[in-house]
Formats: sequence, structure tokens, C-alpha cells
Amino acid sequence: MSNPIAIFIITVGVLFDILGCLGLVRLPDVYNRLQAATKSVTLGTCMILFGTFLEFGFTSGGIKALICMIFVLLTSPTAAHALSRGSHISGFKLWEGSKMDKLEEEKGK
Amino acid sequence: MITFFFILLLIGSFMCLYRIMVGPIPPDRMVAIDILGILVVGICALFSVKTGKDFYLYISIGWAILAFVGTLALAKFLEGRSFDE
Repeated sequence: MSNPIAIFIITVGVLFDILGCLGLVRLPDVYNRLQAATKSVTLGTCMILFGTFLEFGFTSGGIKALICMIFVLLTSPTAAHALSRGSHISGFKLWEGSKMDKLEEEKGK
Repeated sequence: MITFFFILLLIGSFMCLYRIMVGPIPPDRMVAIDILGILVVGICALFSVKTGKDFYLYISIGWAILAFVGTLALAKFLEGRSFDE
């Protein structure tokens, strides 16, 4: 590892990853866990891949890291949305401290 | 320094495994499986930075695609509809 900007970006990405996993353990129900974990882990992994791109430059490895970064950035929120919608439709209740449930209001209409 | 990064990501993976073990309802386990897949993509990218070889990034791309398809299949199963719709 020679590029200091790449080292900095990879460090921040790893910190985002570990904080997202901490949220996955600590938070009270499945929607909160998904909210905390998916966003920060997606951002952290994208920053690790971008640091890999900066480390390699425009070689074949760098282009592969860039392609993988764009793919993770597009597909991970889609998977999280499908999971939360599936668990809501399947009937799992929200935590009792939750204030708002827009999908339930939409279904009630 | 990069060994320290590996140790941190390993701790995160063990947190995901803890959630897979004790998660009270099935969606908890599915979320943890999704997160574990994305973490492994980052671990493979760090391996390619550490060794300077780029074939670990092939593993990253393949793992990202398989994690996405697997999570979508789990979500469809959770929604209770068949895969044809």
C-alpha cells in the first residue's frame, strides 16, 4: 500500500463496515437492523473497493474494482428493499417504539 | 496495518454470524446473510490490495452477483409468492 489517499479511504470504509455490523447486533427489530446495517455496510464496501481502484490505478485490477463498486452500489439497496417489503407483507410486526408505518396505511386504504 | 483491517472485518463477520445464530425471526437471519455477503466482497478486495494480485477481484464480482440473487430469492420466499410471478 503506497498511496496515502487510498489508505485513508480504505480506513474509513472499514470503520463504516464495523459500525454497521455493530448496529446489526445492537438494534431492537428487523427493520432498524436493516436500516443501520445495509446503508453503512454498502458505503463501507464501496469505499474499500474505491480505495482498491486508487491503489491499482487504471490497470485491469483497478477497472475490475470499479465495476464491482458500481455493481454493489446498485444492487445492495435493491436487495434490502425487497427484504424489508417481504418481511412487512409476511406480517412481522414493527418494534413498539416505532412512530410511523406508511406501508400499513397504504394497505389500509 | 492491513492486518488490523482484516481483524476488524473478521470481528464484523462474527457479529453477523451471531445474528444468524440468535436472530429471533427469519428476516433477521436473512438480513445477516445479506450483510455477510457484502462484507466478504470487501475482504476479497483487501486481499487483492495486500497481495498485489488482481484475481481476488474476480471472486469479489462473482460473490456480489451471487449474494444479490440469493437475497432476492429469499425475499421472494418471504413474501410468500411463487417464483414465476
